[in-house]
Amino acid sequence: MVREVDVSEITKNIREMCISVNYELSDDMKKVLSSAKQSEKSPLGSQILGQLQKNLDIAKNDRIPICQDTGMAVIFLDIGQDVHLTGGSLEDAVNQGVREGYTDGFLRKSVVSDPIIRKNTNDNTPAIIHERIVPGDKVRIKVAPKGFGSENMSQIFMLKPAQGIDGVKEAILKAVNDAGPNACPPMVVGVGIGGNFEKCAEMAKEALTREAGVHSDIAWVSDLEKEMLSEVNKLGIGPAGLGGTVTALAVNINTYATHIAGLPVAVNICCHVNRHIVREI
Amino acid sequence: MELHMELPVTAEKADSLHAGDFVYLSGQMYVARDAAHKRLMELIEKNEKLPIDLKDCTIYYMGPSPAREGRPIGSAGPTTASRMDKYAPTLIDLGEKAMVGKGKRTREVLDAVVRNHAVYFAAIGGAGALLSKCIKKSEIIAYEDLGAEAIRLITVEDFPVIVVADDHGNNLYATAQAEYRKK
Repeated sequence: MVREVDVSEITKNIREMCISVNYELSDDMKKVLSSAKQSEKSPLGSQILGQLQKNLDIAKNDRIPICQDTGMAVIFLDIGQDVHLTGGSLEDAVNQGVREGYTDGFLRKSVVSDPIIRKNTNDNTPAIIHERIVPGDKVRIKVAPKGFGSENMSQIFMLKPAQGIDGVKEAILKAVNDAGPNACPPMVVGVGIGGNFEKCAEMAKEALTREAGVHSDIAWVSDLEKEMLSEVNKLGIGPAGLGGTVTALAVNINTYATHIAGLPVAVNICCHVNRHIVREI
Repeated sequence: MELHMELPVTAEKADSLHAGDFVYLSGQMYVARDAAHKRLMELIEKNEKLPIDLKDCTIYYMGPSPAREGRPIGSAGPTTASRMDKYAPTLIDLGEKAMVGKGKRTREVLDAVVRNHAVYFAAIGGAGALLSKCIKKSEIIAYEDLGAEAIRLITVEDFPVIVVADDHGNNLYATAQAEYRKK
């Protein structure tokens, strides 16, 4: 049975999601930030984490973005194969939602139309859109705006299979240590292991949208997430990079099959303003 | 040490600061980031007049979100300072005394800070809503066509920053991380 969904529904939802995700963090992120304040050993670090919580309160109450870098809009769409999209182009509908959200929500327009000519599009479009066709008759929309202070500190490593799990650990620690204060710690670290060049990067990005504190279903991956969070926090970078015991709030890892000759690892760093919101229509 | 300081920061005031000091700034500072710095450098290279007065100025690396009606500015936290590293030593040699941003700087910038009795402050990255509360006035004074990247003159009250690099050669990012590093 085919279900019809008018793309204007997608526009309307994306508009609202862009606005709300920039004013208020999800509960999982609030929770890990609050427990970070309890565990941070550095007095200055703890003071900074307190200010970040105050920042969240002001953003929510005054309806002002948590961070001025309201990001480039990253949209994941899981489209049920029994859905028939009507009313126009899906891509146009997504970008219209971003356009309306960023304009009506007083969000910063940070997108330039060409990487060299660099003229601002003035409406934060186009978005980065990842579409997947999945079983079912629903459309699942995930909106995850990403700032570039942390995006710029992300890295891809094309490791050799012989480097194994130790190589993966070194890569994660290197990316976090190189990022240091630039990525607005405490960070969330999204990691993709396996696939190929572009697949591991996309997995790292999507790993950031997993709830902080929820671990992988795969036993070795879950263990690695916990171990790497502990190792990253030994680096001493701390809140705002001014020293401390909380450098990351979560390490989320996604994996995929890969080629006999390769071990790709992507590390997508996100700041403490790790924005993600999901709706199903 | 926690202290209050009136802008402008002069060489004498910069000398009194040490990495790790928590400072509340009040007064006027410029706001400029990547595209504005590029244009300023082009004018300097052509020996043309700048739209801002560099002498003893403070530049905040920031691009705000749009202001709601009745408010001076939107969310207004620091951007990554390293993208201005290419331009900063020249501006400091020409009179800029203080930079406000976040993140590591190059050796060239740190040397220019020492050589010119200047200072690099960090504001808390990602605290744009909180910091906007300390900004009382904001006006665009150049390059309006750059939108969020236009040069602004803002008036701040008790704007919280931390001294990262002082003119005695200290760099808080290096020392603070070492203090808590366990590996």
